[in-house]
Amino acid sequence: MNNRREFLKATTTGLIAGMLPVSLIRLASAQENGPDFTFAYISDSHIQQIKGNNFVRNWDQGLKRAVAEANLLLPKPDFVVFGGDLAQLGNKPELDHGAAMLAGLNYDKVFAVMGEHDYYLDLGEYWSELYGEHYYSWDHKGVHFITLNSILTYDEWTFDRWETPERRMNEMAGLDNPNGSPFMVGKKQLDWLKKDLAEVKNDTPIVVFSHSPLQKIFKNWNFWTEDAEAVQKLLEPFDKVNVIYGHVHQIQYNQIGNIAFTSVMSTAWPWPYPESYALAESHLPILTVPMNRADPFNERDATGWQFMNMHTGRVDLEFNLYDNTNRTVAWNDEKGHPQDTVHAEPTDRTLPQSHF
Amino acid sequence: MKTIHIAMLASLLMGATTQAQNPLGLPDVPIPENNPQSAEKIALGEKLFDDERFSSTGDVSCATCHDKEKAFSDGPLVTSEGIRKLTGTRNGPTVVNSAYYESLFWDGRSPSLEDQALHPFINPIEMGLSDHEPILATIRDDREYVRAFRDVFDVRANDITMEHVTMAIAAFERTLISGDSPWDRWYFGGEEDAISESAKRGFDVFLKDGRCVSCHMIEQDFATFTDNQFHNIGVGINAMQDRVPELAAAFMQAKQQGIDVDVAVLTDADTSDLGRFAVDDQLDSMGAFKTSTLRNIAVTGPFMHDGSIATLREVVEHYNNGGATTPEEEINAFLSGGIRPLDLTDEQIDDLVAFMEALTSPQFAELATMLSTASNSGGDQ
Repeated sequence: MNNRREFLKATTTGLIAGMLPVSLIRLASAQENGPDFTFAYISDSHIQQIKGNNFVRNWDQGLKRAVAEANLLLPKPDFVVFGGDLAQLGNKPELDHGAAMLAGLNYDKVFAVMGEHDYYLDLGEYWSELYGEHYYSWDHKGVHFITLNSILTYDEWTFDRWETPERRMNEMAGLDNPNGSPFMVGKKQLDWLKKDLAEVKNDTPIVVFSHSPLQKIFKNWNFWTEDAEAVQKLLEPFDKVNVIYGHVHQIQYNQIGNIAFTSVMSTAWPWPYPESYALAESHLPILTVPMNRADPFNERDATGWQFMNMHTGRVDLEFNLYDNTNRTVAWNDEKGHPQDTVHAEPTDRTLPQSHF
Repeated sequence: MKTIHIAMLASLLMGATTQAQNPLGLPDVPIPENNPQSAEKIALGEKLFDDERFSSTGDVSCATCHDKEKAFSDGPLVTSEGIRKLTGTRNGPTVVNSAYYESLFWDGRSPSLEDQALHPFINPIEMGLSDHEPILATIRDDREYVRAFRDVFDVRANDITMEHVTMAIAAFERTLISGDSPWDRWYFGGEEDAISESAKRGFDVFLKDGRCVSCHMIEQDFATFTDNQFHNIGVGINAMQDRVPELAAAFMQAKQQGIDVDVAVLTDADTSDLGRFAVDDQLDSMGAFKTSTLRNIAVTGPFMHDGSIATLREVVEHYNNGGATTPEEEINAFLSGGIRPLDLTDEQIDDLVAFMEALTSPQFAELATMLSTASNSGGDQ
């Protein structure tokens, strides 16, 4: 489908309409000139080996479902992105098993983003055999796409501190871990990015994929990129920049200057919102609670994958949440930032839990 | 049990002053405002339910697949038989207690008993009529019917419509409720000896390790054993999951072009296994079917939407395997997040079966004994 108008027409006339997010239909009235196409985004599957060929069933099932559902989309999106943390502890069996499941995607193009769980065992060596470069860019239908490896950290921490690669992996995998280290893009990649962007016109829409947020949210859980400002600075001259990141296993969106940030969900498990656990200033609980679910019976609840609609240089995200109500974070032209289409004003919100 | 006793008493007292008492364990039957019950209407509905003239071959009635002698189902048939012994894709669900469902058919494609009754008449593999006119013609030609419709609906022969017909059938079906099972007498009635120790342990598994109650819901003072929702539990779709993209796309296209969903899901096994998806087009509904009640489950086998599981023990094993009838079977990618391996012991499985067998209402106790004898003596149950 080369033309968004055609795409929307097919959607609104009902062909497989049920498989397509309603946001596309809603957006039919918001026509503007610009490149229009769709892509699917799956992230944070955390495929985990128990022993031998035995993997954690729940995480497998989350990724399998995303792949199976993405294969049902019609008209078919242009490509699929996997947003990092394919593996849990970065070993070959986990990456192979995850890659085998991702290979079920009936798509010619699957782009992969490096996550810290894929990286810190062998510093991304085996991942590279599967998915190539750790950072790269490409152009598609007038949009400049950039994939960054944003989960690097200080050289001393990476190369000198740990007696074994396994220990290094485990330390980086922990949340609230005093032995951890903040994520960063690093100088080498910043230089590359600067060069890459030098070729791009300011009015070319840009989409950046990174695993960690290229903004600072919450350091203890590495919802954080230490040199985020440097990346943002390089992206500043461009009219329309969109950053899509994983890692946080929850829905977040934010706007900094021209940069629209939106997170994606995990297929494995949800993280709670940091604010839910901020009982008192700087007194976050040591215990990291893995989920804060409406429905503890349903192990797929609060997990899912995304279907993205690229239009007029902005990305709208349809969160396909398993067994739950889908959500849409779309570009709000009036407000100049992305917004949940069922956005609640602060006065209408359900307050975070204050007792445990 | 004490609090339940008190709640029970209260409801009995209230019931005594407002209406006829419900069977133990069941709530009031929801009656649509525009179709109030009356003795005459119910009798008319039963007559229509049993009338074989409303089929193209003149030998199939509602009661053919919803046989009173078989707890208003058609066991041991795997899938129901319509005209000329044509078989469809779905196991005949019992009409008993269907009054409590919020939607009808395994995929919930019908919103009410009144609407549901319209469809089998004109399904090519059920009663095979091309439209409803022959039914109305037969009724208008039958003096007894004309009189009954006049008494019930105050209509003249020529003004009788399918709406009247289905209202009467639905009114009859709303009388087919049955609680009072041994489990009800134990759980709601406080009769300690009403069920075996095994069944009591089974109820505990049902609530806890088996996680059954999450979908087969029970309330404080009644139990319909359904959440009225749709779940992919790995039946049917496990075997055809590789073809889902192709089948789903073809079905959606056909639906777009106006095929009859009712016919498609009953005549084509692959389409049937798309489940609720064929009705609401939602990804979450892929391969999902309605949670059926567990009441009288021991007399309404075989089980699941396609009748593919013969015994209650195998049903529990299916859930115990995390959504696979055999351990080797590959579980489909669309599986509900509520289904996972349970690691129940053999004894827990036996107990769960004993619990489900304690859900048979007294009017079907004899049938239960018969089926159990047949199965113990190597019969084809």
